[in-house]
Amino acid sequence: MSATSDYRRREESITLASEPAGGEGETHELLTLNIGPHHPATHGVLRLIATLEGEVVRAIKPIIGYVHTGIEKTAEDKSYWKVIPVIERMDYLSYYFNAMAFCGAVESLLDLEVPPRAQYLRVIHLELNRIMSHLVWLGTSALDLGAISMFWYCFRERETILDLFEYSSGQRMHTRYFQVGGVMEDIPGGFEAKLRKFLANMPTRADQYADLLEKNEIVLQRLQGTCPLDRETLLSLSVTGPLLRAAGVPWDLRKAAPYSSYDHFSFKIPVGTVGDNYDRYRVRHAELYESVKIIEQALDGLPEGPYITSDRKVALPPRHELATSMEALIHHFKLVTEGFRVPPGEVYYPIEGPRGELGCFVRADGSAKPARVHMRDPSFSNLQATEPMVRDSYIADLIATLAMMDPVLGGIDR
Amino acid sequence: MPDVTGLELAAQELRDRDPDCLVGTEFARGRAVLLAAPDRAHAVVESLKGAGYSFLASLHGVDYWPEEPRLGVLYELLDMDRIDRITVKTRVATDAATLRSVTDLFPGADFPEREVYDMFGVQFDGHPDLRRILMPEDFEGHPQRRDFPIGGEPVLFTYNEQQNYGQYQ
Amino acid sequence: MELKREALPDPSDFRSRQLLSREMLRGELEGEALEQFVESSVLTTTVDKAVSWARGNSFFPLTFGLACCAIEMMSIVGARLDIARFGFEAFRASPRQADLLILSGRVSIKMAPVIRRIYDQMLEPKFAISMGACCSSMGVFNNYALVPSDKFMPIDVHVPGCPPRPEALAHGILRLREKVQHTEKEGWRERYDAVGTEEILPGTPDTSTPHISVYQPGDTAGA
Repeated sequence: MSATSDYRRREESITLASEPAGGEGETHELLTLNIGPHHPATHGVLRLIATLEGEVVRAIKPIIGYVHTGIEKTAEDKSYWKVIPVIERMDYLSYYFNAMAFCGAVESLLDLEVPPRAQYLRVIHLELNRIMSHLVWLGTSALDLGAISMFWYCFRERETILDLFEYSSGQRMHTRYFQVGGVMEDIPGGFEAKLRKFLANMPTRADQYADLLEKNEIVLQRLQGTCPLDRETLLSLSVTGPLLRAAGVPWDLRKAAPYSSYDHFSFKIPVGTVGDNYDRYRVRHAELYESVKIIEQALDGLPEGPYITSDRKVALPPRHELATSMEALIHHFKLVTEGFRVPPGEVYYPIEGPRGELGCFVRADGSAKPARVHMRDPSFSNLQATEPMVRDSYIADLIATLAMMDPVLGGIDR
Repeated sequence: MPDVTGLELAAQELRDRDPDCLVGTEFARGRAVLLAAPDRAHAVVESLKGAGYSFLASLHGVDYWPEEPRLGVLYELLDMDRIDRITVKTRVATDAATLRSVTDLFPGADFPEREVYDMFGVQFDGHPDLRRILMPEDFEGHPQRRDFPIGGEPVLFTYNEQQNYGQYQ
Repeated sequence: MELKREALPDPSDFRSRQLLSREMLRGELEGEALEQFVESSVLTTTVDKAVSWARGNSFFPLTFGLACCAIEMMSIVGARLDIARFGFEAFRASPRQADLLILSGRVSIKMAPVIRRIYDQMLEPKFAISMGACCSSMGVFNNYALVPSDKFMPIDVHVPGCPPRPEALAHGILRLREKVQHTEKEGWRERYDAVGTEEILPGTPDTSTPHISVYQPGDTAGA
C-alpha cells in the first residue's frame, strides 16, 4: 500500500459526525493546537485554541484582546471633534464608517441637520470605503486559499481608491473627512473625473476577479459546501452583514433604516442561499457592483449647496470670515480650544458597515467631552460564529472560513 | 423605534405581567428606553424577545459616575420584521454589580457580557465562561469605569531621553 | 622519556600556529590566548563588508501585522511600490526564518510579551522597525492599554506617521539597510556598545554622538 493511499484510507475513516470516531472502548486522542496570535492566516492577532481529532476540528475557542487599545476610554478624554480621528482607528479597514457612526450619533444628539450635499459626499466616500474594504478582504482571503496573484490585483484597485481619498482629504487611511455636521471640505476639482474613470473600470476588474477565482477548481472545492451555518443560529449569535445575508436574510440597514439619504438610490441587496463559504464570497463580490452603482447615482445627483452645516456652534467658520468677522473669530476660538457642548442624553446610531451593523453608542453629559462612547463592532459579534461554523470540519476549512468571515481585529478589540 | 405611546403600551404590557419589573421609561430623540429593575432585567428581555424583539443588536455597559447606582447595562434589542428598536437599561451599584446572564436567550451575548465584566466589573450569573476578554487575565481593575485613570506615560524624545529609562548606566 | 618544554618561536611562524590550533581543538586554549587566536585566524573587515552588503540588500521581513499599519505594510509588496525592487519582498511567516521584525501597529500590554518572544525567537543578526506612531510613542492613544515598543525590545528604525505611507516605510527600510551596511550610525547598538554583536557588553558609551539618529532636512541618502 502506497503512502498516499494509506493516508487516504486513514482520512476516510474519520467521520465528520459530532461524536468522536471510534467505537466502544476504543480510545482516541484529541490534540489541542494553538493558532496565533502571530499567524499569517488569522488576519491580525487573533488567537485560536483548536481541539483537533486528526484533521477535524472538534472545538475552537477564540482568544482576543491582543490589540486592545482602550479607544473607548481615550474617547472619553477628548472633546467631540477630537474623538473622530481616534474612533476612525478602530476598524482600520472601514474608517469612514467609524467616523460616520460617531458623527451620526453626535448629530442626532445635537438634532443637527446635515446638508444634502454633505450626505451625498458621505455616501460616495462610504461606498468607496466599502469597495476598498472588500478588496483588502478579497486579496488577503485569496492569499489564504493559495491564490497569490489576487492579492496584487486587489491592491492595485485599492491604491486607486486610496488616491481618491488622498485627493479629497489629504490622507490615504484615517482621513478624518467626516465632521459633525457634514464633511471637512468640498471635493476638489477633477475628483469627479477621476472617480468616474475608476467607476468605469471597477466592474470589469470585479469581473476579472470572478474569472480568476470562480473558474478555479481549487477555490471552488475549498469554498463550496464548507462550513455552512443556518440563519437561526446566525441570528441568535447577533451576526450581521454579509455573513447573515449569505444565509439568505436580506437584512441591510441601508435599506431597512436608511441614513444619510441612502433611500435616494436604487440598489440591490445580494443574498446567498446556503450560507456556506462560497455564498459568503459571492455576496461580498456582488456588493462591489452594487457599491459602484450607488456611487454613480450619488455622483449624478450630487446636489449643490454647502458641504457642512451652517451652525457656527458646531462647524468651524470659513477661513476668510476670520479676518473680517469678530463673531467668526470667537466661534473659531471656542471650537478649537474647548469644542462644542452636546446636550445630555444617550443615543445608539447603527449603520451598515462592510462587515455588518456598526453601531455607535454615545452618552453625553452636557460637557464638551462624551461621557461614554461604545462601538458595537460587527466583527466582535461575528467572531462568535466561528465555533458553530467550523465544528466538525477540516482544519483547512477553518482557514477558509476565517478568511471568508473577514474579522478585523482592530474592530474586535478596540 | 416605537413612539411614546408605543413605548408606554409595551411598558404597560410588561407591568401587567409583573408590576415591579420596570422602574420607568425614557423617550428622547426617537429612542425608547425601558428602565428595568436589576433582578428583573432578564425577565424583561425575555418577554420582549417573545414580543418580537428577537435580535440582540448590542449589549454594553455605561458608568454613570457620579450618579448612583453607578453602573448601567444596556440591551439594544431589534425587531427585524417591524424594523423597530427598543433599549432595556438596568442600573446596578458597584458593590452589588450582579445581573442574570442573557446568554440562555441570546447566545450572542457571550462576548459582550464578558466585555462588560472586563470593563466594568459587572458579574453575570449563569454565564458559561465569565473571564476577562480584552485585558490580560492578571489585569487588576476595570478600565472603563470613570474612576479608573486613563494611564499613559510621557513620550521619550531626544530632548527628554536623558532623564529616562533608556539612559545607559 | 623526558618532556622538554620550550617557548614557542615567533607566533607568526607556521609551526607555532599549527600548535596553537591543535591546542584550540583540544579545548585547552582559553582566555586572552583564545581571543587572540580567533581574531588572528578569522578574515575580518573585507568579508564583513561583503556580508553586511548582502545582508542589507536581502532582508526577510516577518509576516506580522498588528493594526492599521499592517495594511500599509501589505501594500509595500503591492504593485505600486513593489519593495521587491530592493529585495525585501520575501515575507516569512516563521520568526526562525526572518531577520526583520516590522512592528506595524499598536502594541497592547497583552501583546507585548508575545512580541518579545517572537523577537527572541528570531535568529541573529536581527533588526526591528517600529512602524507608525502607536508602537513608537503610543501616538494618539496614550492610555492604560498600550506600551511603547522601545520599552521591551530594541528598535533600529522608527517610522513616523499614522499610519505611515508605504513610501515612508520603504524609506525606513532603506535607512535600515544603510545602518546594516555600516554607512550610518548604529543607533542603540552603538549606544550600548553592541555594534556587530548580540549582547550588551559593558563599556563606556560614546556620549559625543547624538543618541538617536534624527532625520536631517536635505538628507537624501536612501531616499
